[in-house]
Amino acid sequence: MSLRKVAVPAIAMVVVLVLWELLVWVQGWPNYKMASPSDLWPAFWKFRWLFLEYGWQTLWRTVAGLSLAVVFGVGLGMVMGFSRTMRDALYPLLVGFNAIPKATVVPIIALMFVGQHDMNTVLIAFLISFFPIAVSVSIGLSTLEPEYRDILRSLGASKLTIFWKIALPKTLPEFFGALKVAVTLAFIGTNLMEIVEPHGKGLGHLFDSGKISADYPLMFAVLIALAFLGIVLFYVVVFLERIFAGWAEREAT
Amino acid sequence: MGEALIEIKGVTHAYQTATGPLPVLDDLSLVVPEGDFCAVVGPSGCGKSTLTRLIAGLMKPDRGEVWLHGERVTSPRKTVGMAFQNPVLLEWRSILQNVILPLEIVAPSMPRRDRIARAEELLSLVGLDGFEGKRPSELSGGMRQRASLCRAIVHKPDVLIMDEPFGALDAFTREDLWQTMHDLRMKEPFTALLITHDLRESVFLADEVVVLSGRPATAQYVLKVGLPQDRTLDVLYEPRAVDMLHILRDQIRIAQGRAPQEGAA
Repeated sequence: MSLRKVAVPAIAMVVVLVLWELLVWVQGWPNYKMASPSDLWPAFWKFRWLFLEYGWQTLWRTVAGLSLAVVFGVGLGMVMGFSRTMRDALYPLLVGFNAIPKATVVPIIALMFVGQHDMNTVLIAFLISFFPIAVSVSIGLSTLEPEYRDILRSLGASKLTIFWKIALPKTLPEFFGALKVAVTLAFIGTNLMEIVEPHGKGLGHLFDSGKISADYPLMFAVLIALAFLGIVLFYVVVFLERIFAGWAEREAT
Repeated sequence: MGEALIEIKGVTHAYQTATGPLPVLDDLSLVVPEGDFCAVVGPSGCGKSTLTRLIAGLMKPDRGEVWLHGERVTSPRKTVGMAFQNPVLLEWRSILQNVILPLEIVAPSMPRRDRIARAEELLSLVGLDGFEGKRPSELSGGMRQRASLCRAIVHKPDVLIMDEPFGALDAFTREDLWQTMHDLRMKEPFTALLITHDLRESVFLADEVVVLSGRPATAQYVLKVGLPQDRTLDVLYEPRAVDMLHILRDQIRIAQGRAPQEGAA
């Protein structure tokens, strides 16, 4: 069973790489049209220290932006979940804000705080990712069945106790569902800013350098590195979900 | 019979709706002595659930007073246990942890070992030994409702308020739970107020059955059941129980605004 679990995806990945290599070889495409997998490793090796340094930059900026989004999103979600008035007031604003494509916000932020690379990047990662968290928490809290509240309220429990013992755990599955979306969004935000900003750092900047110096294997290598980081971040969230909201998973029947 | 434990004195209540006030209770008075089991039946939407929320102190009546144990109810009290049609078990807790929940609020200083012992004792009384560590989703509807009943009485409340706790169960499971409820009461005496739609349930479980009139509801009829304390389901097939069921059925028809059936017996 476990061999199958590892072997099937691994073989699929190898097949894709071989097909990719073959495609480039058969078509006789030069590097600047499309790099082949065999070009990637030299590109990685040549810039291995930059990959490590910039990969770390991208990673911590994404995590910092996402952490801000979690704190702010949960807070906003709580306010909207508990107060109908606040929900009516904030919801249209939130939807409006979310409707703005964040790619257009990137240059504005980049100009607003010129040179503040870390802050700009974290800010965009945060702005792009807090929306799903706020919405899911507010919906989770506002749709809590009154009976759940009543079993504790009839014992004279405080609002805080009810939140802590009932509302919060009950909302966790929705929260983690939103966090899976948010982590991908935050990652997109980080890279958008890193690519747009001149003289920045991070994998996005490395990608941009590859473009400027027409080093196509490097650009593809960055894509692979980004995919790897994205997968790691996603599965960290999945792992946390298993720990904190594993009860919501049903056995497949 | 002990002294009056639940006293409802001339309670009138209305809900504010978009189309104006909707009166649900009209000058309702009701007394349940300590240790008694009182069933409340009535037509759909006659304000039975409102009554449970008023006694639990979750709502205040527009007029009239609710008293528990000689004290006027103005807010929720720790001496009340509640069970609903939906067992509302917390999915992220085991059955044992669900039963313990009220103790965490009511008796925060109670040692963990004692809490577990108390919960295990009750779960065993309702036939849930061996299911303590299971999640609610792993249990059948009847078993979940058993666990919910344990949670409602784990902190030894003075009053157990139940709002159609067996309403969503199939007929056989429901009868099983009536017997469980009855046995539980023999071992763990409590005063109970049961809201139900099932006349057989009310006669089997209760010492007295109160029929509410249609909305806005008032106490239309009180039936003293007077069956022997230690009863089994067979008692429902005895003539005296059948007679009581007929009386209740006629009263419900009156409450619905229809004439009692002539010569139906």
